[in-house]
Amino acid sequence: MSKTIVVGISDFNVAVDGDVLVTYALGSCVGICLYDPVKKIAGLSHIMLPTISDFSDSRQKAQIGKYADTAIEELMQKMLNLGALKIRIRAKIAGGAQMFAPANNTNLAAIGERNVIAVKKELARLKVPIVAEDTGKDYGRTVYLGSDDGLMKIKSINKGEWVY
Amino acid sequence: MALNDYGDLNEIQLDALREIGNIGSGNAATALSSMLERAVNIAVPKIRVLDYNSVCEQLGGPEKLLVGILFSMSGDVTGMMMFLLHKEFAHMVLNSLVGSEFDGYSELDEMDKSTIQEVGNIMAGSYVNAMAAMTGLTIDISVPTMNVDMAGALLSVPAIYYANISDRIILIEDEFDHDREGASSHILLIPEVDGLMKIMDSLGLGS
Repeated sequence: MSKTIVVGISDFNVAVDGDVLVTYALGSCVGICLYDPVKKIAGLSHIMLPTISDFSDSRQKAQIGKYADTAIEELMQKMLNLGALKIRIRAKIAGGAQMFAPANNTNLAAIGERNVIAVKKELARLKVPIVAEDTGKDYGRTVYLGSDDGLMKIKSINKGEWVY
Repeated sequence: MALNDYGDLNEIQLDALREIGNIGSGNAATALSSMLERAVNIAVPKIRVLDYNSVCEQLGGPEKLLVGILFSMSGDVTGMMMFLLHKEFAHMVLNSLVGSEFDGYSELDEMDKSTIQEVGNIMAGSYVNAMAAMTGLTIDISVPTMNVDMAGALLSVPAIYYANISDRIILIEDEFDHDREGASSHILLIPEVDGLMKIMDSLGLGS
């Protein structure tokens, strides 16, 4: 029986042996799915903010899973430790929605988009190609990643489910 | 003592926030009652300072369907205020005011949306007025924006926006009741830290 491993907000984890990773209700956060199809090793990260250097608070610094520019590399390292090969790893990303119309709150408008840009920049730096993307728009997404097939399943409340 | 985080609030300061919440909730129930033209009862509101994951759990899990109405606060206290209405609450409001149904999964029409936003607006105004009256501070709220989605997705907006300030927020839980239909709503109050300090200072609880 395959297990379901829950990845919380500002967290990341890996799965093997057919286990499934899930992160619930991504809004403006971004979920990054990494997969090595040969070793069937999957990794999922749920980031909240683009870069760690934005904030100097030491309490925040402890949470590497919170930021695109720290979480993804750490997640990849965890996969490499299990025997994944960097050259085989592919990424699928989801989330980064704009949940509320900007109205008069312009700072709020771009948070999802800024997260997506930061994730893409970080994946480019790590030389991991993005093979599927379901980002932006205005709805929440729950993301599943199966370690047996590397498929990313998206579940939404108003628009049903689909697979990448 | 300087406040860095909502977690730094002491018991007396939390009591003051509870009192603001109590009065605000009372005002909101009165406003709701006059809008719906019937009696609305309200249980004693529960007020807690929680981290985001706990807020999600309190609301029924990250995938729970909620109506979120977001406001920004400006003036002496800046920050965000978010109303989270359960399906039953939104249904009660729509059914009483415009006679439509709300199942949460089909798209709301413009009339339904503006009705819910207006109710949120009046209730948010009640809270802000309570806060302003107690503290003598000037607090304005923006026009509302709304969405119907998973609790976790709605909450990600204030969570991200204030991630550099605090992992915790102030959650006020109200249970409104009319004609024996229990309907709850939650209010997230997310003042920026200097606004919170102004509130405490004006109540003589600054240090």
